[in-house]
Amino acid sequence: MTPVVKITDVHKIYDSGEVKVHAVRGISLDLYKGEMMALMGASGSGKSTLMNTLGCLDRPTSGTYLLDNIDISTLDRNELADLRNEKLGFVFQGFNLLARTTALENVELPMLYGKRRVRSREMQERAMHCLSIVGLSDRADHFPSQLSGGQQQRVAIARALVNQPQVLLADEPTGNLDSKTSVEVMGVFQKLNDEGITIVMVTHELDIANYCKRNLVMRDGRVVSDTPVANRSIAEVEMKRLNAAEAAAKLIA
Amino acid sequence: MPKRLLHFLLPAATGVIFILVWYAIRFSMNEEMQFLLPTPGEIIASFRDNGDSLARAALNTTEGALLGFAGAIVISAALALTLSLSSLIRISLYPYLMMLQMIPVIIFAPILILWVGPGLKSVVVITFLICFFPLVVNTTQGLISTDRNSVELFRMYRANRLQEILLLRVPAALPYFFTGLRIAAVLAPIGALVGDYTAGSSAGDGGGLGFQAIIYSSQAKYPALFATAAVTCVLGFVFVGVVVGLSWLALHHWHDSYERTDT
Repeated sequence: MTPVVKITDVHKIYDSGEVKVHAVRGISLDLYKGEMMALMGASGSGKSTLMNTLGCLDRPTSGTYLLDNIDISTLDRNELADLRNEKLGFVFQGFNLLARTTALENVELPMLYGKRRVRSREMQERAMHCLSIVGLSDRADHFPSQLSGGQQQRVAIARALVNQPQVLLADEPTGNLDSKTSVEVMGVFQKLNDEGITIVMVTHELDIANYCKRNLVMRDGRVVSDTPVANRSIAEVEMKRLNAAEAAAKLIA
Repeated sequence: MPKRLLHFLLPAATGVIFILVWYAIRFSMNEEMQFLLPTPGEIIASFRDNGDSLARAALNTTEGALLGFAGAIVISAALALTLSLSSLIRISLYPYLMMLQMIPVIIFAPILILWVGPGLKSVVVITFLICFFPLVVNTTQGLISTDRNSVELFRMYRANRLQEILLLRVPAALPYFFTGLRIAAVLAPIGALVGDYTAGSSAGDGGGLGFQAIIYSSQAKYPALFATAAVTCVLGFVFVGVVVGLSWLALHHWHDSYERTDT
């Protein structure tokens, strides 16, 4: 089986005239379909640079990146953007939903651009389908301000899914959420992963990384550890535990 | 709800106190000086005596204010879009926009009279000039203050420039635009009145409220002057009221400045 993502000896040097920053120093990484990887490391460790490279937002200075067997160094800017829209979905820490548009319209957004033209009927059906995947079909006509943080992030996940990507890239997806809502959102990620979507997420929190299958830790632009998660947390179980604890707390009060 | 009731009772009470103080001052004045401050009753009576001229003047002023206001909205929107495209354009044009705003109406009015003649045209241009600046500054600010993350999101999805402007920048600029619009709505009737005062004309249908104010004061019709002030206030409230309503329609369901009760 060929990996969805194959990175070989990637370096990234930012050259701002006087100072050269060697952000990524020789990383090789294979990601196969159905993996769920947490990318960890202190700030300055190069994980954001690696994430930008994975997201085709930035080209490596040297080394190769094959995304679904396509060498991205052979593509021009527009081809790269098309590949990105086709193969990758993005989820951000701050949700990045448009305030003036409903949940449904936010999910439709990625289909408005790029080379593939989608008819508005099909667009709506696909967006509705993605909202139902994240369990928000009854909130389609709500505006972001009418949704909770967890619901907003789920809308953002639905938006990331709408072009049927191979890989979902999430940059601290639970960074703005409280712990219970984080579990809720991790539950959505685990469900998607069970259905075969490959997921990479940057996170600072160990307990969030524990919901993934594989943890990759970076320091000073290098991978310092790359281990499978031994005792993986399951969001559904964790949610039941939290709800039970909440109910017990209410009984005592 | 008691709080809701207070919202009506408090302003009403202030009004009653205000009118009482008004009468108190009036009746404490020497009889020969009392013409300086007509009572509310006398002002209402002056509406009866000058109803025709006031109504006609109010209509003319409304026409001038509306045309100038509408022109300012259209042209400021177009200019704001242009200005938002690049900081170089902004740097090149801002000083001259400021200049336009700095020229006082009383200097501009005689020039305008030379150019387009006294009357409605001059009034419209003066109203336009007064409303234009807050609109263009606010709208431009809104167009360039779009959330950076959202802009990056659009670029990432490879949205083109037109999509970025129409789907992202324009909607995000709406709250700023409405802030400018509220200021301009207050200024529009005042602008039309000042324009009429400085460049109005009795030709045709007899000028607007500003022109009428000159006539009343020359005829020493002081109650009618107060009535003119009242009509101007009503006009201003109508303008602002319509804008506040429009702003609510456009923003209430998504913008944070409006409280939401539904979740």
